[in-house]
Amino acid sequence: MQTRFSWFNVTSIVLGFAFLYIPILLLIIYSFNESRLVTVWGGWSTKWYGSLLNNEQLLTAGWVTLRVAFISATFATILGTLAAIVLTRLGAFRGRTLFSGLVFAPLVMPEVITGLSLLLLFVAIGMDRGFWTITIAHITFSMCFAAVVVQSRLLDFDKSVEEAAMDLGATPVNSFFQVTLPIIAPAVISAWLLAFTLSLDDLVIASFTTGPGATTLPMKIYSQVRLGVTPEINAVSTIMIAFVTLGVLAASYVTKRSTMKAAADAQKAQ
Amino acid sequence: MRRWYVIAAPYIWLLLFFLVPFFIVFKLSLSDTARAMPPYVPVYDMTLGLANFFSQLDFENYSFLLSDPLYINAYISSLKIAAVATLFTLFVGYPIAYGMARAPREWRPTLMMLVILPFWTSFLIRVYAWIGILKKEGLLNLFLMNYGIITEPLNIMNTTTAVYIGIVYSYLPFMILPLYSSLEKISPALNEAAEDLGSPPWRAFWQVTFPLSMPGVIAGCLLVFIPATGEFVIPDLLGGSETLMIGKTLWSEFFNNSDWPVSSAVAVVLLLALVVPIVVFQRAQQREREAV
Repeated sequence: MQTRFSWFNVTSIVLGFAFLYIPILLLIIYSFNESRLVTVWGGWSTKWYGSLLNNEQLLTAGWVTLRVAFISATFATILGTLAAIVLTRLGAFRGRTLFSGLVFAPLVMPEVITGLSLLLLFVAIGMDRGFWTITIAHITFSMCFAAVVVQSRLLDFDKSVEEAAMDLGATPVNSFFQVTLPIIAPAVISAWLLAFTLSLDDLVIASFTTGPGATTLPMKIYSQVRLGVTPEINAVSTIMIAFVTLGVLAASYVTKRSTMKAAADAQKAQ
Repeated sequence: MRRWYVIAAPYIWLLLFFLVPFFIVFKLSLSDTARAMPPYVPVYDMTLGLANFFSQLDFENYSFLLSDPLYINAYISSLKIAAVATLFTLFVGYPIAYGMARAPREWRPTLMMLVILPFWTSFLIRVYAWIGILKKEGLLNLFLMNYGIITEPLNIMNTTTAVYIGIVYSYLPFMILPLYSSLEKISPALNEAAEDLGSPPWRAFWQVTFPLSMPGVIAGCLLVFIPATGEFVIPDLLGGSETLMIGKTLWSEFFNNSDWPVSSAVAVVLLLALVVPIVVFQRAQQREREAV
């Protein structure tokens, strides 16, 4: 078995990762640029971060974005987990094909279509557009991503553990909370994080479904980007990147520890 | 009967907020433009009876789309740009996924993590990062001119090339992940067997590895092609006024012209163009799941 790096494989990995990471690194480096001109290097400075703190509009938008992301990720994870259970544990039922279609279609649907259609729904039912319409829209598309993440974990693990719990007298609900949920917890956490970042990043759907008074950070960034590249935007972007990176690394640490613990437990049991 | 509670919550949510909105888009695409001027659209009255309902419909918006070459060109160029960009993404992504799948086992989770991480980072920010690189006085031109590789700055920003770069860059993880998961399942022993039997490495690759990785190739290409066709952010920020893409047309029809019925008709036609790839994608997903 060949498990060493060959020169071809190393080259393609290194070039590929350079392509993926250099633009982001450049953006981060230039957020510390003293000069206002983006392409002239004027020495290191953190002044753009300081000027962000005085930009009230940006801070308000950031706060709206975080609240939308938090609420929508929480509901999306609950609904997505339920959808994953429906798809993996409940067998056949009338309307199952439509249901799985509804779960997978939003994953690839162009955002302009999802955004427009949700806006028209909100107008048709006469709902005031703003914070809550963005939140509902975000729940709708991120619950499908959450469902896929949880579903892959549910497909992986040994169903007999659940059956054993039920044979020993646990109700399905009990066996879910005491047996299944602890096992799929890492997947549920990553589903929440994924839903959270999807909501944090969304520009198109939020632009369609928003109303007066609710501007999210991506909408704010977008309107400034259209006017050109500025060091302030680089600074906001760097903060968002740092935020997400820390979250993902923390989640992968939690997941790794829990899988290692599970492996150790399995070893002890033998 | 308790299982119906579990089914009902996500099912009703998706019906209400995903399926019903499409019917509203479809309905609005058949209504008159003048009546639907902003801020609010009159809601259809189904209580008037079915006959009345049908008499209200007209296909004006669709014939308008057909009569204006702007829309037809935007559709064709979206499909073309998305298809070409998908091929580029495959060419860039395949070697990376292959290298990852053949890397030492203990490296693979880290490499996976490194592919996924940019995917978690804001799409908008990643596209924005390319503006500073590609524009005329941007970092790429600065770098190339500094080393004397070129004397005149390259004009990449606001061209279709910039859109290709943006799509390949943004969607690369979507291509790499399915490719990696099918390549990882292929045993290197198969290649060794082919080579032992006298096949040169490139032929072993084309006749053994590549066909076996086909599920990953199809899934990856569809995951890139479908959303790229309706892409708005990339053509808007990198393509300039020169690049015509349907997502951008829909956006400007809606936000600049406030023409809701026409943007609905644009959305319906875009959806029709994507129905076949979406169904193929779902079938492929289903097969994959049943194979597990």
